[in-house]
Amino acid sequence: MNRRNQNIVTQGVDYVVIWLYAILVAIGILCIFMVEYRPETDWLASFLDGKTSYSKQLIFAGVCAIAATFILLTDSKLFTAFANLFYLLGILLMIATFAIGKNINGSKSWIPLAGGFNLQPAELCKIFVSLALAKYLSRQEIDFSKIRSQLVAGAIALAPAVLSILQHELGLALVYTSFVIAMYREGLPAQILIVGSSFGALVVATLILEPNVLAVILTIIAAAVIFVLRKQIKKKKGLLTVIITIWLVCVGVQRFVVPYIFNNVLECYQSTRIYSMVGKEYNCDDNKHAQDKSSTNKTVRKPDDYNVRQSKIAIGSGGFFGRGFLKGTQTRGKYVPEQRTDFIFTSLGEAFGFVGCFIFLLLYLFLLFRIVMIAERQRSTFSRVYAYSVVSIFFFHIAVNVGMTIGLFPIVGIPLPLISYGGSSLLTFTVLVFILLRLDADRQMVLR
Amino acid sequence: MPVFNQSRSRVIQFIFAGVFIAITGQLINLQLFSGQYKLAADNNAFYRKVIYPDRGIIFDRKKRGILENTISYDLVVIPSEARGTDTMTLCRLLNIDTAAYKKRMRDLIFKNTSVKPSVFEALLTPEMFAKLNENMYRFPGFSLNERSVRTYPYNVGAAVLGYMAEVDTGFLRRHKGEGYEMGDYFGSTGLENIYEKVLMGQRGIKRYIRDNKGRLQGSWENGAYDTAAVAGNNLYSSIDVELQELGEKLMQNKVGSIVAIDPKTGGILCMVSAPTYNPNYLTGNQRKKHLVDMLYFDPRLPLLNRTVGTFYSPGSTFKTMVGIIGMNEGVIDDNFTVSCGGAYHGCGRPMGCHAKGTFTLKPAISKSCNSYFAATYRRILENGKYPNRDSALSSFNQYAYSFGLGRRLGVDLPSEKMGNMPTPKYYHGIFGKNWQSCNIISNSIGQGEITTTLTQLANVMAIIANKGWYYTPHLIDSIEGGDQFGMLDKFKIRHKTKEIPEYVWEEVHEGMQGTMEFGTGFYAKVPGISVCGKTGTVENAYRGEKLKDHAFFGAFAPRENPRIAIAVMCENAGYGATSAAPIASLLIEKYLKDSISGNDRKAKVEQLAKMDLIPPQMKRQMAKRDSLRQAQQMAAAKKAARDTSGVQEAPEEMETESAPTKPNPAKTPKKDSGRTAAVLPEELRKSTSVKRKTAA
Repeated sequence: MNRRNQNIVTQGVDYVVIWLYAILVAIGILCIFMVEYRPETDWLASFLDGKTSYSKQLIFAGVCAIAATFILLTDSKLFTAFANLFYLLGILLMIATFAIGKNINGSKSWIPLAGGFNLQPAELCKIFVSLALAKYLSRQEIDFSKIRSQLVAGAIALAPAVLSILQHELGLALVYTSFVIAMYREGLPAQILIVGSSFGALVVATLILEPNVLAVILTIIAAAVIFVLRKQIKKKKGLLTVIITIWLVCVGVQRFVVPYIFNNVLECYQSTRIYSMVGKEYNCDDNKHAQDKSSTNKTVRKPDDYNVRQSKIAIGSGGFFGRGFLKGTQTRGKYVPEQRTDFIFTSLGEAFGFVGCFIFLLLYLFLLFRIVMIAERQRSTFSRVYAYSVVSIFFFHIAVNVGMTIGLFPIVGIPLPLISYGGSSLLTFTVLVFILLRLDADRQMVLR
Repeated sequence: MPVFNQSRSRVIQFIFAGVFIAITGQLINLQLFSGQYKLAADNNAFYRKVIYPDRGIIFDRKKRGILENTISYDLVVIPSEARGTDTMTLCRLLNIDTAAYKKRMRDLIFKNTSVKPSVFEALLTPEMFAKLNENMYRFPGFSLNERSVRTYPYNVGAAVLGYMAEVDTGFLRRHKGEGYEMGDYFGSTGLENIYEKVLMGQRGIKRYIRDNKGRLQGSWENGAYDTAAVAGNNLYSSIDVELQELGEKLMQNKVGSIVAIDPKTGGILCMVSAPTYNPNYLTGNQRKKHLVDMLYFDPRLPLLNRTVGTFYSPGSTFKTMVGIIGMNEGVIDDNFTVSCGGAYHGCGRPMGCHAKGTFTLKPAISKSCNSYFAATYRRILENGKYPNRDSALSSFNQYAYSFGLGRRLGVDLPSEKMGNMPTPKYYHGIFGKNWQSCNIISNSIGQGEITTTLTQLANVMAIIANKGWYYTPHLIDSIEGGDQFGMLDKFKIRHKTKEIPEYVWEEVHEGMQGTMEFGTGFYAKVPGISVCGKTGTVENAYRGEKLKDHAFFGAFAPRENPRIAIAVMCENAGYGATSAAPIASLLIEKYLKDSISGNDRKAKVEQLAKMDLIPPQMKRQMAKRDSLRQAQQMAAAKKAARDTSGVQEAPEEMETESAPTKPNPAKTPKKDSGRTAAVLPEELRKSTSVKRKTAA
């Protein structure tokens, strides 16, 4: 599509992004090929058979190319016009999944299509949420500094997340929190980010440190702050109350809220994954869900950190230059579970080592920065919000996926954009990118 | 328009960059600084398979294989693929019931997972293999894997050839870096042990890639890093397998040993330790059972190699040496005579004698006159040439050492004993500084404290045959592909005795030939061959109980240009002339004439083979063992009726060797001389009696 230069459609399209997109999809297919490759079978024959994942992924890529062309051919006004309708459609699809959904890997979030293909509406909903959010924030009457509009925007983003959690797709649900970044750009108070990240830090600290030690540390910090600010406190009595309240909240969080979350909100396997990140073992007997299950005499399989261990082994064994294309022993021996989807990064890490990973991540970073740049050159709020939504989704996916394969983040089942095997995922990201490119091509037009 | 938020794009870019740096940092940590992951990956993915080469074959002197390899089959199963197996048929063929089948399957899956191949039944018998092979199509998931097993085509030479055993942790510790792994077999005894390095060859290593369930995915890098197995080198031994067969036949129902040496080369022609066993017993799947049976429960100790592993008083065969030394030292000459009236009275207490009359050296040897050699021995010890008896005895010992006595010969067999040539210091400890020649007079006739192994005795015969030199007796003449480890070098050194003139040898030869013509070895004459021999009869006692004498016979033939030197010993067989001497004569005939000729000689072979000379104390032990075993079997059968599992007997610790290395001559220097390791030691006796209680 990038060759039809003289076509009017392609005018103003950002070729850098298209090239990056094409390179990443190609890398993805090669990675899947590495995972599936068996030296004893004739890869060309099985490729032409169309039964293997990489040939399927190639077909998906073809479908995506057609979809991309269609998107570039459409009028960008369409997206603004139909944003809310699309959103409604997406929500309806997700609700429909409860009725006609198919159970794959324990999550009932797939709608079976013809020819053995399945569609995951939660994936597609990312597009619709991006559009709907952009639509909402670009309305003239919206003042995003008001708490009410912030709440509405949050609701738009989180509605599919709630449905995803009900479908046991925690990973996909978490993706919707990434819209915080887009909202932040549009004026969401920075305090929310600060409070959010403080809470995250507190949770991690609770995991790593003994409860009493952490309580003492928090108290010392509070005392130190009071000591430093003693002059201001004398002037303003309210400050002391604030500090003491923060201290109380922090201790309360680490004492009661965090254990409550791990024992009562999260499933046993989720708690275990998070604990294993910091190298600790989670006792499933404390988990309410596990207790419920064992009381109904269901055997609770004790999960371990096998996935992340094997994933780290595969990436770590790559060394500086990697073992070479198709020479990864861990990939060939299928040691890493779910390697063609969630753990696709491991095949890259093993085959091409640190150098390969670094270059690959640079490509991603370049893509992210490029989209941020595109976002900032938009004249319409709609396009900008949409662009930031896209970059947020990409960033969240990349960070969480790569983070979990190298043991920086608990295991959450979300794909690596444009690389992981899966039609829904590839199509979603394609559509996200190409709607952005369409909007960008028409940036001279005023879209409200 | 919230233009004022423009700066926030920078913040967002910083966040992106920060996360990117964090990820890169962790990648550096994982990929560049943690060697453990590479190691873990290799442990995951590589399966190192050891390819065992064929062990070397041992040939006899006429290039007949006496220790070869054969293919045996294991029944191997991959449990996860064995669902459709016709269990009933398989169980019938293997003679097990379905419960046992299920139990084995469970155990295999537990030990080795259900997707990896495990050995279901090891080392199938040929019949079982044939039956299974026909029916393999009924047993999906099962397969027959071949493996190389040792075999002994002639069923002889067990003590010499040795057997293989599984390595244990101690062995692995001692042989670090030689490539042994748990589950390997190594030569545990005999030639298998001594020539292990040569026989084992070079193991090959193949590297396979395996998947997450342990299934092999193919070779790593198409075998670029694999090494090929190199077969072990063959050994050419000096043994004559027909002679060995005959020797083992003649030693049936006896306890004792035979060593025959080619005096010209030192090559051992046959080496029999009786009772022996069929060496094929210790290969195959019944190996462990048989080993325990023989090692722990047979009072005759068939696993003991009596040719090098035990030592005896040599008896009258030692007189030849006393004569030679006496002549050489000049204390006697061919005119020296001793009259014997039936006993030697020179030391007060009379020492009995077989022959009466007046003797010079030649007839003294022929008739085995005790008095003559007692007198000679005293003259040697009281020789005026030496300042005192100590130095005279030392000089005597120097002769003995040069004859290969009192030291390990260096035969290529493990656990060779050195025998004993008592030193002056040794006697100081017993008799004090002023010991008298009469104190140790029994040495003169090969009783007393002097002990030798039978191989040493055969070697003495070879030295006499050669008139003063020998090569270290050995079993292996050459190694195929060259002697890389220099293991045969010591067998190429010609050892010389102290300088002894020709006429001394002639004199002794004459006397030894006389033994066969008209002396004590008269019944052992070999028609048409001039044999020189010497009988020996050794008094002995076990635990104070006087037992029948040990019969010895040493000989070489023919007198001119000797080709065989032989020593035969039968424990508790009585007078040497009736058992040991005829056995030696038949072996000499067989070797020199290639066959036993004449019907009376052939009849003699059968007669000797049937002759039962198992010492009565051993028979008692055996009867006890058999009745115990019967009782155990009864108990086991009863137990088996209750539950289907078999009785497992824990083998008890036991020494294979019970001979006390130091006699106690102060008390009974004479009677305790025939120490052998032939009888069960005290410990086992106790334990068997304990066992009887439990069995009863």
